[in-house]
Amino acid sequence: MRFFEFEAREVIKRAGIPVTEYGFTTDPAEARTIAERIGGPTVIKSQVLTGGRMKAGGVKFADTPEEAESHARDILALEIGGHMPRGVLVDPKAEVEQEYYAGVVWDGTRKQPVMIFSPVGGIDIEQVAEEQPEAVGRRHFSNILPFSEFQAKEVIASTGVTGSALNKLVPILTRLARLFVENDMVLAEINPLGRLADGSFVALDAHMDIENEARGRNAKLLKDLGVGDEETRQAREATEFELAGEAVDGMSHRGVAGNVTEFDGNLGLVIGAGGGSLTLFDAVRAHGGKPANYCEIGGNPDVAKTAGLAKLVLQKPGVDKIAVMMSIVSNTRVDIVARGVIKACLDLGFDPAEKIAIFRIPGAWEEEGFKILEHYGVEYADRSVSLNEAARRAVEKIQGVAA
Amino acid sequence: MAGVFIDVEVAESVAGDAELAAKLTEVCPVDIFAVADGRLQIVEENLDECVLCELCINAAPEGTVLVKKLYSGESLPA
Repeated sequence: MRFFEFEAREVIKRAGIPVTEYGFTTDPAEARTIAERIGGPTVIKSQVLTGGRMKAGGVKFADTPEEAESHARDILALEIGGHMPRGVLVDPKAEVEQEYYAGVVWDGTRKQPVMIFSPVGGIDIEQVAEEQPEAVGRRHFSNILPFSEFQAKEVIASTGVTGSALNKLVPILTRLARLFVENDMVLAEINPLGRLADGSFVALDAHMDIENEARGRNAKLLKDLGVGDEETRQAREATEFELAGEAVDGMSHRGVAGNVTEFDGNLGLVIGAGGGSLTLFDAVRAHGGKPANYCEIGGNPDVAKTAGLAKLVLQKPGVDKIAVMMSIVSNTRVDIVARGVIKACLDLGFDPAEKIAIFRIPGAWEEEGFKILEHYGVEYADRSVSLNEAARRAVEKIQGVAA
Repeated sequence: MAGVFIDVEVAESVAGDAELAAKLTEVCPVDIFAVADGRLQIVEENLDECVLCELCINAAPEGTVLVKKLYSGESLPA
């Protein structure tokens, strides 16, 4: 879950990392008051969870408080990448001698955090790594053992930074590493980290992303920051299709039949299997199929709920067929799912044998389920057919339709 | 009107018995039965939710409740 810049700055400030005397507001008049308090040129920054703020006109410089108010008014009304701003951050326009980069990111392959530092900041670290690899220091560290200042010193020194700058940067990076671990983050980035004329450092911008599953563990922090439980902060807003999936799932308390994610393919998926639904999705793609959606079904949803999900997928524009696949089920009943998907076809006036590319759900009550499928002429597979093979058969059928 | 997959038939002697009607309503986990004006009613929109648990069959006198699987021609009790 991503933080807005003003929230990330607060987290940094609490960790003891120097920040500017910024202010956050949703009111242009208050932006003026903040600028008056700052008492000099300011930067007005849109608070949106998307990139490209500068290009879109979401970052403006103001020489006077009146100008700050005017810019704030414009920016608050400016949509950037489909997002309206949460507010504006009014920041002193710092006289920076040099911009640095400091970040910690979760390395999913190594299953460890990695600290990254560069004396070249203010631009994407990926660009620096490509153009000046010698200017990027990095080091993995344990998220269980205590983080030592020496580890930060090694990373910074590896980029050629010495003397007073090195000494001042070490505590900043150490605190950044510790707040990353303490708050279950997957990204904590200060870019740029500015060195001022007096040699001190100050965080000028920050990006943070907390592990979604750790929201409960960080409830106090989120409450302090004013982040509501309902805020998902996904990379994009839910589509109408996805919202409809949520509504289907809310039809009854029994089981799960929703959590759909929209894609633009022609093969609708009614899939579930714990992590197996991801495997099935990947298998469809590996065989050249184009999923119209991802979804999760399980926990023995009732017939109406299953039918609701299947109808939603069947009615999605561009969907030619659906594949109904799960790994071996225990608490979900095969016959109930079979009834649900067939009922969806019948209610929409489709022939289940035509619309269901394959039904591959073995497990509880499978004999009863197979009787239903046979009655309607739906192709089905038992546990002797792997998930991968079932996905291949579904793709083969849909490609036959497309050809 | 039957469901797509399931139909349930209840003998008149049970449907008109307020006590038995209340018992069937209580035991069914998917609300296929309801009582109106002291008589047993079949809630048609719930018929396809039948989980074939046979609780209704066991709650009523033998041979008075029949659950029909429309997809196979079979019935409960077998």
